[in-house]
Amino acid sequence: MIEVKGVTKWYGTFRALDQISFSLDKGEVVGFLGPNGAGKTTTMRILTGFIPPSEGECTVAGHNVSAHSLLARQKMGYLPEATPLYGDMEVTDYLKYIGALRKLSGDLLKKRLKEVVAICGLGNAVGKKISTLSKGFRQRTGLAQALLHDPEVLILDEPTVGLDPNQIVEIRNLIRQIGKSKTILLSTHILSEVEQTCTRVIIISDGKIAGQGTPQELIHKTHGAPVYFVGIRGEENVIRDGLKTLPFYKDSNKISTVNGVIHFQIALDSKNNLSEEIFKLCVAQKWGLTELRREEATLEEVFKKLTQ
Amino acid sequence: MITIAKKEYREFFYSPIAYVFTAVFLFLTFWIFFANFFPLGQATLRFFFSWVPILFLIFLPSITMSKWAEEKKLGTLETLLTLPLTDHSVVLGKFLSSVFVLLTILLLTLPVCITVSFLGDLDPGPVIGGYLGLFLLGSACLSAGLYFSSLTENQIIAYVIPTVVLFLFYLLGEQVIINYLPSFFKPLLSYISLSTHFQSITRGVIDTRDILYYLSVTGFFLYLNLIQLESRQWR
Repeated sequence: MIEVKGVTKWYGTFRALDQISFSLDKGEVVGFLGPNGAGKTTTMRILTGFIPPSEGECTVAGHNVSAHSLLARQKMGYLPEATPLYGDMEVTDYLKYIGALRKLSGDLLKKRLKEVVAICGLGNAVGKKISTLSKGFRQRTGLAQALLHDPEVLILDEPTVGLDPNQIVEIRNLIRQIGKSKTILLSTHILSEVEQTCTRVIIISDGKIAGQGTPQELIHKTHGAPVYFVGIRGEENVIRDGLKTLPFYKDSNKISTVNGVIHFQIALDSKNNLSEEIFKLCVAQKWGLTELRREEATLEEVFKKLTQ
Repeated sequence: MITIAKKEYREFFYSPIAYVFTAVFLFLTFWIFFANFFPLGQATLRFFFSWVPILFLIFLPSITMSKWAEEKKLGTLETLLTLPLTDHSVVLGKFLSSVFVLLTILLLTLPVCITVSFLGDLDPGPVIGGYLGLFLLGSACLSAGLYFSSLTENQIIAYVIPTVVLFLFYLLGEQVIINYLPSFFKPLLSYISLSTHFQSITRGVIDTRDILYYLSVTGFFLYLNLIQLESRQWR
């Protein structure tokens, strides 16, 4: 549905994007991650035809964005960064205006208007001026604008930025619901959002793709194994030597000692859950085990590692 | 194109600035006209047609100042330009809405003509020519104002610069300026000046060269505007 091939973008002498390639299949919801200034917005602007790439090309819904710009633009909805809207207009007037510019009219426009107002939960905002709306409702209005013509592809630039936690959950649910029938590329730097709404992640850093895959794949690829946190009562050196006999042992670190209980962080080089092995070791050595916790690497760590 | 024009036309009459400017413009127009008209005691609109162009230079950039600058500032330009619309239809839509505003204002000055025609024998030739001239001059001013608005995000700049530029081009044709400059420049200056062509139209002589002049100035700035919009494609 979306295909980006070897896209490079120069702003003067600054290279904002460097040979970016990725693609989205129909029905995918893909999170576009990266630190500020990594090139997320630039990529989205190129995809929507707002600015052209310096090199490379993009295809959206089968149409080349540079050569058949108008056709490609008909197939997508776009929510630009910071949700720009005309403050002086009423919500429905604004949506009608966008609808008319998209050549929707008469009953079809009325029907779509009703649908997007329902989908986006805009019922309470109808008839209000956009400038009087809360940020959450502005965001919904922006989404409604992008959805109005029932596009196959949605491109959302930071749809949840600046919202409160409740609103974030609402918008996220909305995106997930819409994502059932559409291809969505959304940029964000809230990682939990990606884990909850996206089927796949593309991480971009300094204008280059730093990694892509499902959140799980990325975690395994970059961080490898999960980490175990244990608290053991006993002699430090004895425990240290004992831990080395664990299967797939990689390394261990002492974190702290509290009331004679020593806390270790143990890395075992296996994707399987080896908590039981640690427990058995403690029983065999007659150590008092006060804590045993297994932690998967988080997307946060992956993100940090890939983008630094 | 029509959709944009309609929305922006309506928007203009929603904004308080529009009312203030329109009111001030009409007040000045009527005041300057009648202050000169009654003492003179002649059924002529000569004063009207010599003052309105100068008021236009001050007033018309206020119609166009927000057209692009505001969209850029709000970021709505990004939404607008990623809709399936061609760049030139957006430019023309904005221009058309401004022209409709101009027509509305010209319509509101009609009471001046009606009053004069009641009071005396008004020669329709110069009046029709005058209005045509005002319309053409106004369109050229709007087109220029629109272009300067596309260069900045700041509405004040988008107002001041075209006003200054238009004044300069208007004054170029005035005798005061021409007499100070070498005679070599005279025909060139009076040709490019906004005022000389207007004066010949208001005499009631409708010359295609004058009409062509205003149409080409309008077209020139609309074209520059389009280039400016498309220049994002080269950067």
